[in-house]
Amino acid sequence: MANVTMRVWRGDAGGGDFESYTLEQNEGEVVLDVIHRIQATDAPDLACRWNCKAGKCGSCSAEINGKPSLMCMTRVDELPEGPITVAPMRTFPIIRDLVTDVSFNYAMAAKVPALLPPPMPEGGYTMFQEDVARGQEFRKCIECFLCQDVCHVIRDHEDNKAHYAGPRFFIRYAELEMHPLDTNDRRDLVREEMGLGYCNITKCCTEVCPEHIKITDNAIIPLKERVVDAQYDPVAWLGRKIRRRTKRSADEAAVQPAP
Amino acid sequence: MAAVESSTKVVLGGRRGGPDVTTLRQDRWWIQPVVTVSVLTAFVIYSTWAAFQNKNYYAGSVHRDLISPFYSPCLANSCVAGSAHGFILHNWNLSPALIILIFPLGFRLTCYYYRRSYYRAFWWSPPACAVADAHATYSGETRFPLIMQNMHRYFFYAGVVFNVILTYDALRALRQPGQGWGVTVGTLVLFANAILLWMYSISCHACRHLFGGHVKSFKKHPIRYWFWKVMTPLNAKHMNFAWTSLIFVALTDVYVRLVASGALTDYKLF
Repeated sequence: MANVTMRVWRGDAGGGDFESYTLEQNEGEVVLDVIHRIQATDAPDLACRWNCKAGKCGSCSAEINGKPSLMCMTRVDELPEGPITVAPMRTFPIIRDLVTDVSFNYAMAAKVPALLPPPMPEGGYTMFQEDVARGQEFRKCIECFLCQDVCHVIRDHEDNKAHYAGPRFFIRYAELEMHPLDTNDRRDLVREEMGLGYCNITKCCTEVCPEHIKITDNAIIPLKERVVDAQYDPVAWLGRKIRRRTKRSADEAAVQPAP
Repeated sequence: MAAVESSTKVVLGGRRGGPDVTTLRQDRWWIQPVVTVSVLTAFVIYSTWAAFQNKNYYAGSVHRDLISPFYSPCLANSCVAGSAHGFILHNWNLSPALIILIFPLGFRLTCYYYRRSYYRAFWWSPPACAVADAHATYSGETRFPLIMQNMHRYFFYAGVVFNVILTYDALRALRQPGQGWGVTVGTLVLFANAILLWMYSISCHACRHLFGGHVKSFKKHPIRYWFWKVMTPLNAKHMNFAWTSLIFVALTDVYVRLVASGALTDYKLF
């Protein structure tokens, strides 16, 4: 087999640069395999996260030849010839080498108001298959945070992190908003404090999702349409007035935080 | 927000990894923006030219009743005989196309798919995935004028009205004054145009939401669930319908224009 040259980012918060490693290319290897061989031979101090090596734990996110990808799901022989560039996720602060501090995502996760079902009826809650199936797509998320990494709203504008939940959490909000047993109304919350309006539908989150979740079409746009129902549609507003339906405010929705 | 504890506070800043370059991508990511800019610019130039022509948009006296989609419904005082649908704005003496084009233009301008395309291609925000945004600051669709993108559903309603009118035009193109009913190439062109515009409208994200997507429980709304199930696979093809309907509406105008000017014969098929 031919050799493969890997340009791997080495460094920490103090700075860094790419270092090149040339190894023999083995048949069927993924990028994570080669990174492990570099650790085993040339650079035992090379830091990277990994766990399942099967595209299900979401740990080994990185930018391979500039594209946010899972290292364990990117075959070396499917990449163009020439050196392979492996860099850490750009959106999050670096800890060391390929490891980044993704705590921004945990902070945003903690802000999601949890499911708030009505009081338990006699005989328990009933869910129907068509309603379960709708949210099932969003439950496939492995929290690799590649969608957060590629989203230019926070990738290129650090200040937006203060008021933008990002695509991973918009699918969580969408799932809860579509849940037939949920009584929370998060529409004001996602508009006012989670920055749904910052998303300009460039669909990069959908393009990089390793679970092929249609993040934009099935979560963000339906969420935007629900916000239009609540905020920008005078006909819907009139309908609510006539039927005496009121919305819960962002503050009311927020008093039910995730456990 | 009452629920946000200090432990969940978002910490800004921190040095990021990787080099400070626009992108590390090595593929030809610029092809898609270039194609988008080329096609949309060509369409805008052609449709602007066609809208200001104010002639050769109707072939009715010796041919089938063919009217360009850019000029239908023809509402201006200057509409040529036979092209109007009944109602006329008597004080409007400019091109009839200028009255109506704002609605299909608004529908496409606020369309979720086109937003993706022109934000990337024209505004470079971002030009492609994992390629740096060309702007130092970014407020998305939270302020005027881009907050008006939330009016998409109203342009959808207007688009449906236009689809009905263009379908009526296609049916009217089955008639040839003095020669009864039949089908010409022009008839098929108008039908194809109307069908593509219907597909573009039905596959619209706002349409899917309004017909079924907005409900919390599909089980309790079986008819809305049926609509949602039908529209969801069409919605996945929204990009295809967006491009084909855009290009075909221009080609339809070209065809009618050529027939109306006498440069082309509208062949009768049966």
